[in-house]
Amino acid sequence: MSAHEPGRLEARLRERRDAGRKLLVPYVTGGLGDDWVPALEAIAAAGADAIEIGLPFSDPMMDGPTIQEASVRALAAGATPQTILGELVEADAGGVPLVVMTYYNLVARMGHRRMASLLVESGVSGAILPDLPIDEIDPWKTEADATGIETVLLAAPTTPDARLRAIVGKAEGFLYAVGVMGVTGERSSLAASATAIAARCKAITDLPVLVGIGITTPDQAAEVCQVADGVVIGSVVVRRLLDGEGPDGVAKLVASFREALDSHS
Amino acid sequence: MIALGELMREPSPSGRFGEYGGRFVPESLVPACEELDKAFHEAWGDPPFREELDFLLRTYSGRPTPVTECRRLSEMLDIRLLLKREDLNHTGSHKLNNVIGQALLARRMGKSRLVAETGAGQHGVATATAAALFGMECAVYMGAVDVERQALNVFRMKLLGATVHTVESGSRTLKDAINEALREWVGTVETTHYCIGSVMGPHPYPFVVRELQRVVGDEARGQCREILKGDPDVVVACVGGGSNAAGTFAGFVDSGARLIGVEAAGGAAMGHGIPGVVHGMRSKFIQDEAGQILEAHSISAGLDYPGVGPEHAQLGDAGRAEYFEASDDEVLAAFKLLAETEGIIPALEPAHGLAWIVREAGRGIPRGSAVLLTMSGRGDKDVALVMEKMGENS
Ligand SMILES: Cc1ncc(COP(=O)(O)O)c(C=O)c1O
Repeated sequence: MSAHEPGRLEARLRERRDAGRKLLVPYVTGGLGDDWVPALEAIAAAGADAIEIGLPFSDPMMDGPTIQEASVRALAAGATPQTILGELVEADAGGVPLVVMTYYNLVARMGHRRMASLLVESGVSGAILPDLPIDEIDPWKTEADATGIETVLLAAPTTPDARLRAIVGKAEGFLYAVGVMGVTGERSSLAASATAIAARCKAITDLPVLVGIGITTPDQAAEVCQVADGVVIGSVVVRRLLDGEGPDGVAKLVASFREALDSHS
Repeated sequence: MIALGELMREPSPSGRFGEYGGRFVPESLVPACEELDKAFHEAWGDPPFREELDFLLRTYSGRPTPVTECRRLSEMLDIRLLLKREDLNHTGSHKLNNVIGQALLARRMGKSRLVAETGAGQHGVATATAAALFGMECAVYMGAVDVERQALNVFRMKLLGATVHTVESGSRTLKDAINEALREWVGTVETTHYCIGSVMGPHPYPFVVRELQRVVGDEARGQCREILKGDPDVVVACVGGGSNAAGTFAGFVDSGARLIGVEAAGGAAMGHGIPGVVHGMRSKFIQDEAGQILEAHSISAGLDYPGVGPEHAQLGDAGRAEYFEASDDEVLAAFKLLAETEGIIPALEPAHGLAWIVREAGRGIPRGSAVLLTMSGRGDKDVALVMEKMGENS
């Protein structure tokens, strides 16, 4: 359990979870196409409880083909952390908390303190850095804590129990339970590991536990939410944006997940 | 400032070589890195493991490799040039030294499958070879550009029973092959050992690979003592990720020799890199203002990499090793020169080391100096490419 007062992201997710709602956190790649901000606004309006914004990196180790492609397109269009966060300042997410997801080199290059401050100025509540495990996280977390940025941590199916407790001890916002051993991408069925890791996390923490990586259909989301508090959906959203379905297309998709989660909870 | 006597020892428990190194991987991979760290430490202190490795290096790989004194080229350059002949190692490069060790570790950890990245294809061929030797499955990731320019090695890997995956993302070279191998490993880590091909990646890989390659430097130190009755004045090796250089330097770090690493001008992370964190390690990388990694460009697929192993970053900062660059044109000239004067066709990678020696002989390298160059591989894989380049240039 976090030692200090929960931040805005965590407070919002806890409140909704405690009210019996299953949580939905869609992901969009920042800087993807001209309408990624309207897409984000449409996702917020369609029932997201928080939104992840990817800051694209040239070498995304945890991402499969869909998010790789989105990153390539956004970078080719000139997206940088500054341009994306700058556009976020103008976005109207209707009070839905925003979480940035990126790779550590972009943070290291900008500097921990500058990145944390820039996130705050852009209205972002949290950060996910999948290639920064707890053993290496202190220099970042010191600055993030000082500015109030909540650091979301990942727990994997291979994480041993003792290490899982250490992760939970440092996690803020929510606990990101990695549903499948693999990179981001769509999967035709829900991996058994998804429910298993959610149950292991739930057993030792009161933080909201969200399962991500591989969640592709509303049915899969509802199924894993029999144990988990919610889901993160990424590639399935981004593919629609890559295919040109735009804000309306992703709004419809998010609404379908929302409906499945609401009717099962 | 680190005392020179502390260089090239064990990294800190978190895998640091000074400020470089570490373990920056997704949570899914952390337990596998910890397991490898433990297995390596146990194995390295276990006499039967060391005996089996030595036995295979001797009877299978053909070690020790000789040191050859270049008569004609030495005279031409007015230095005393010695070559550590890793080109005579089985499969044609130093890469097999590392791979045999890692395959034994994989077996010890109960893993039956190897995954590897490759640039020039030499590490892929070595991994496929060890997999065949130990009856393991093998998958190799190789950038599309390299699949084309090192076609011979692609076929060799297939003959050896490996599956070769062509990587179409990013620069379609070594950097992207590593990304793809890591992505695969995230999904297969429970059965598969990632057999990384150089002194890079997350802790403990840079340390493991350096220790497995130190046989090059340790042998060469003894051989130089016989030939020169002392240590060479200058020790030179090419640097891609930096494994043949690290293995060579490990044998001479406590000697008086200058240690020189030569990078490709289009992939000189020591020359133009900025500290960053990619491929699991903090090291130097060629990157832009935002931290996006830039593409390297080199005629040599094995050196076409925008990063470098973390221990080299430390050796460079400490001033114990110096790093220079060679251009594609200088390398082609050196390639031809060694063939014509000594009857040895080098791989394009060590031809970088020779190019620097040719440039500096009588300048940065005083006349009469004894210079050891690690000839990290033979040039068969590059002959078709060089033929094409020379056709264009003639
Ligand atoms: C013959 C040869 N030398 C050197 C290298 C570069 O690797 P490293 O810097 O790890 O020795 C390669 C890589 O493919 C190679 O094939």
